[in-house]
Amino acid sequence: MEDLSLHILDIAENSINAGAKNIEIVITDSLSNDLLTIEIKDDGKGIDAEAQQKVMDPFYTTRTTRKVGLGLALLEEAAKDADGQLKLESELGKGTKVYAVFRLSHIDRKPIGNIVDTIVTIIAGNPELNLKFIYKQDDNKFVFDTTEIKNRIGDLEINSIEIIKFIHQYLSENVNKLL
Amino acid sequence: MAKLKIEDLDKITEDVRRKMTIREGGGNVKITVHMGTCGIAAGARTVMSVFLKEIETHNVKDVIITTSGCAGLCSKEPMATVEFGDQAPVKYIELNENKVKKIFDDHVLKGKFVTEYALSIGSERIQ
Ligand SMILES: Nc1ncnc2c1ncn2[C@@H]1O[C@H](COP(=O)(O)OP(=O)(O)OP(=O)(O)O)[C@@H](O)[C@H]1O
Ligand SMILES: [Mg+2]
Repeated sequence: MEDLSLHILDIAENSINAGAKNIEIVITDSLSNDLLTIEIKDDGKGIDAEAQQKVMDPFYTTRTTRKVGLGLALLEEAAKDADGQLKLESELGKGTKVYAVFRLSHIDRKPIGNIVDTIVTIIAGNPELNLKFIYKQDDNKFVFDTTEIKNRIGDLEINSIEIIKFIHQYLSENVNKLL
Repeated sequence: MAKLKIEDLDKITEDVRRKMTIREGGGNVKITVHMGTCGIAAGARTVMSVFLKEIETHNVKDVIITTSGCAGLCSKEPMATVEFGDQAPVKYIELNENKVKKIFDDHVLKGKFVTEYALSIGSERIQ
């Protein structure tokens, strides 16, 4: 994976495959603590305690199309390369939280990349999903919530092209200046 | 141009609603972009973004785009499936921006398969 925004898309796809109806993505970059954290929380089917021991292993997967599951292992590798780590909390039937931390200034920390395209892709591909996206900095905070969009547009579909175009532009204006 | 606000959606929504009444029934073409880990690493998000951009610039109303999980053919990612009307679905492989544009012009807009980018029948192992 070239950048962190692609990892985020990939981890969110895990949530979607786990039947999540709500996903929250929080990115925090703190210059003062020299930390970058990414949190992806879902209300999907969860992972039982036994499987949790194994999910980071690339040879563990519940998918049937291929024998290896790379997503979590790749994100863990990216975090470790930047002096960080990956944590996973999950409860069967409740949901899952993936938490990755990186040293912000580390030379091997991958760039965040195009987070706007990641958010737009998740929304356009999964219109029924409620997605909350929060970008925090030391003294800035941007909150985006598809429920708010859905309330505004009423019976119009969130994945209709005019709304997707709006979301793309709105996120670009608000997020790119923070990056 | 002034910065967009969430409130601007009211006007956009109203415009869309007004145009909707003169629109024909939707959902004639369905595009599915495969978003497994291998797909994402190989460029599936770009494929999605380019399709969205094409839909927007051509202002077509009867195209549905969605995403799905891995198609099980990691070495051929990024992949997308196009279903035009009741024609058989076509799986396109090893996509990039230019291929997506060509597929959009020929298949999505005109219903003409782009054979050279399609998965050849027989090399397939897809559930
Ligand atoms: N959010 C989640 N909710 C429930 N189960 C999950 C979640 N994320 C991961 N898992 C479980 O952990 C396994 C490993 O996930 P991982 O992303 O590493 O690989 P994968 O999704 O199976 O395959 P790949 O990511 O390579 O397409 C998954 O098969 C799934 O069983
Ligand atoms: Mg995965």
